[in-house]
Amino acid sequence: MFKLLEPNKIFQITSKAPRYVLFLFVVVLTVGLTEALILSPEDYKQSDAVRIMYVHVPSAWISLGIFSSITLLSVSGFIFKNKNLFLIAKSLAPSGFVFNIIALVTGSIWGKPTWGTWWAWDARITSMLILALFFALYLIAWRIYEKEEKVFKITTFITIIGIINVPITKYSVEWWNTLHQPASINILSKSSIHSSMLFPLLIMTAAFALFSLLIFLMKYNTELIKIKNKGLDRL
Amino acid sequence: MINELLFMNGYGVYVLSAFGFTLLSFSGLYVITKLQFAKEQNKFVAKFGSLNSDKANSAKLQRINKEILANATNN
Repeated sequence: MFKLLEPNKIFQITSKAPRYVLFLFVVVLTVGLTEALILSPEDYKQSDAVRIMYVHVPSAWISLGIFSSITLLSVSGFIFKNKNLFLIAKSLAPSGFVFNIIALVTGSIWGKPTWGTWWAWDARITSMLILALFFALYLIAWRIYEKEEKVFKITTFITIIGIINVPITKYSVEWWNTLHQPASINILSKSSIHSSMLFPLLIMTAAFALFSLLIFLMKYNTELIKIKNKGLDRL
Repeated sequence: MINELLFMNGYGVYVLSAFGFTLLSFSGLYVITKLQFAKEQNKFVAKFGSLNSDKANSAKLQRINKEILANATNN
């Protein structure tokens, strides 16, 4: 199975894919922004402030999803001794970190009109801040350590410790009394959000997912060329 | 109509700054990633150009090297 993931084989696809993903991202984002800012209704309690949800929630979802994927890839890379899995994980991290920062900043902006404060040491916000620190540690580790074996070990260790924080973030609103409301969207049961708001939220999530795919592809191609540059030095 | 859209019942400043920050972050990350890619690609082309013909031919045996060069000329 890992042979299918060989860089030499997939570069043909990954080098051409970004232009198509960029086009698709622009289209989906345009539809999403029109829905989120113009067509979707205002909330009966929060009025137009609810529109911040369309950038805040997808960012939080995607950053949590990316950190979970990085952990899975790092652990698999470590078990199966596959360097390419580490390379994929490394290429996912920058967009995960940026989405995490977007979730924190837009959450803070949303907090001011709804809770009357820019920041609170609420369980959900604090655990998202901790997640950002783990992303930062992970990215710093790749910059500091040059020896492959060492960086693989350290980044895997960081993700294993960091992944403990992911379910804490997800269930913090149920485990503790927080300023955040419980989840409005459930995969297994009926969601409490109206379809007129759910639709733009899903479109924006799709747009953000396409953006993270775009950055991942560009970053992955950069990493592959870096390796090939080192290869040319050895010739 | 436009005033209403921007004012958003008094929440325009919050909503637009949240969306603005998001789009600015996207642009920043895209530009940085694009520049890093171009830098590595240019480095590769320069290194490849400095190889003698034997080494260049042996490097060209790898499909990925040919792809990188082809992409660099297309861009």
